[in-house]
Amino acid sequence: MNAGPTGSDRAAPTRPDGALARLALALERPRVLGALMLAPAVLYVVAFVAVPFFIAIALSMSDATVGDPQIDTFVGLDNFIAVVSQSGFRLALRNSLLITTLTVLILLVLATTAVELLARDFRGKRLVQVLFMIPWAMPVSLSAITWLWVLDSQYSPIDWVLVQIGLLGPGGTFGPSWNLFYLGREGLAIASIVLVDVWRTLPLATIIVLAGRLSIPRERLEQAQLDGAGFFRILFRIIIPALAPVLTVAILFTALLVIGEMSTIALLTRGGPGHSTQILPFWAYLKGINSGDLGQGAAIALFLFPVLLAAAIVALRFAYRAGRD
Amino acid sequence: MRTATRKPLFYAAITLLVLFTTLPVLYAVLTIFKRESELYRFGSNPFIYETSPTLEHLIYLFTDTAFPTFALNSIIIGLLVVAITVVLAVPAAYALARLTGNWGERSGMAIFLVYLIPPTLLFIPLFRIVVALGLANTIWSLVLVLPTITIPFCTWLLLGFFRSVPPQLDEAALLDGCTRLEAFWKVVLPQALPGIGACIVFAFSLSLSNYIYAVTFVSESAARNISAGVPTELIRGDVYFWPSLMAATTVVAIPLGIAYGLLFDYLVRGFQSAGAGGE
Repeated sequence: MNAGPTGSDRAAPTRPDGALARLALALERPRVLGALMLAPAVLYVVAFVAVPFFIAIALSMSDATVGDPQIDTFVGLDNFIAVVSQSGFRLALRNSLLITTLTVLILLVLATTAVELLARDFRGKRLVQVLFMIPWAMPVSLSAITWLWVLDSQYSPIDWVLVQIGLLGPGGTFGPSWNLFYLGREGLAIASIVLVDVWRTLPLATIIVLAGRLSIPRERLEQAQLDGAGFFRILFRIIIPALAPVLTVAILFTALLVIGEMSTIALLTRGGPGHSTQILPFWAYLKGINSGDLGQGAAIALFLFPVLLAAAIVALRFAYRAGRD
Repeated sequence: MRTATRKPLFYAAITLLVLFTTLPVLYAVLTIFKRESELYRFGSNPFIYETSPTLEHLIYLFTDTAFPTFALNSIIIGLLVVAITVVLAVPAAYALARLTGNWGERSGMAIFLVYLIPPTLLFIPLFRIVVALGLANTIWSLVLVLPTITIPFCTWLLLGFFRSVPPQLDEAALLDGCTRLEAFWKVVLPQALPGIGACIVFAFSLSLSNYIYAVTFVSESAARNISAGVPTELIRGDVYFWPSLMAATTVVAIPLGIAYGLLFDYLVRGFQSAGAGGE
């Protein structure tokens, strides 16, 4: 701005001839200004998302390792074939999908319920909102550690309660052991992981769904009530259908958060016992960073991409169409 | 609806919900002040203090571990990531909402596709880029890379906000002789402040929470942040410093929980506009 010909009165506003004036005029054209405002973000995303994405594809088809990181030998789909043939792969793929699906299903029920409660005005709502947001305020790794302590193999307070009420311990319903070993048995470990994932994503899912819920016109609900519809009739006939697009968005968001997160597994079970709770992201980390096989690590990480892409396109199409109706 | 509310049932349900979200944290708080002798005595009641509570674990966390460094690093990284995100995402979202025409219409979906490429897919190539730039083992690696998560998300959120501001406002400003940039800065931006607020909160929280980049790019204690530093520093092999770990967790969770809780309605409004804009 300082470079402008401030002292000169030649630059009449109708006939721009200075460079600055031409620039100012160009900035009035939406396309030029739009491109300029968009450019930094687009350049950043290209440099740090698109380029690495293509490097990941190149890596997955090369024999690169941490020791020899050059992408110089093209090996085709060898890494993918090698990965698929390993016993851990089937388990990791199954667990990734299983954990995500279960988490999302439980979240749908809990978030819809929480939304019905939080959509109302009541005394102490602020306090409830604060307490409700706490899981989301914690970094995921710290949530995992908190749960690791709650589910401890020896000192779990849940075990202590079960022992006190006679369900656990010698003569108890759940067996003679004093502990259930939540993270040491396959089924229980998967259930525990799902519990932790539900716990940490419930606030976000609820906020998304609540946003949709509050957009339903109040008159529609009141009219239905005047017409004599009961709570559940209103819930299933009006609220849930109206929420369909926003529920889809909530599913997509939380599913992506859950399927891409490795810290819960890394800290809670380390993929064990055996590979029974292994998931693709953590396996990619172990292979790519710990074992130094960048090619196989990238191949594992890439595996879910087509699935995610297809699911997201279907979900967004649905949300888009439902939103228009 | 309010007349039909069955009060006791309603409060019972709210209590259950809040217990679900807070019980692990309450238990963590209880653990901080327990003496080791009681903590690891088999069969002792985990819910009461059988011996007198102690502050030693909390003090240990702040004086004998690198936790204060982690916290400081996390705050610096978070603030810088928020700044970068706002500076890049706000103009981008405005441009997509107002200036790029039909081209911007479908952009909501395109942004979402970027969001679909998860950190677990990018961490290996990004690690190489970070090493090549000489940023490995510094907090700058995270400052540089974490906006990959926050920019797409915040642009999407803000897109809805800008679309919900009536276009007549810009037009009136233009007729009054404002340039387009002035119209954006003086008229539209103030209307979108709640959206920017929601963005700041989300960007900070996402930057704080990321684990995979933090453990991959930084392996030196001095540059670690909370999410990667606490699990590595306070867990040595199979030795877990439980009370101090719980102290670290709650020291982070409680202030942020209060902040997010107070911003609750704000965040909901953020998503409301984003949803409305997408329709």
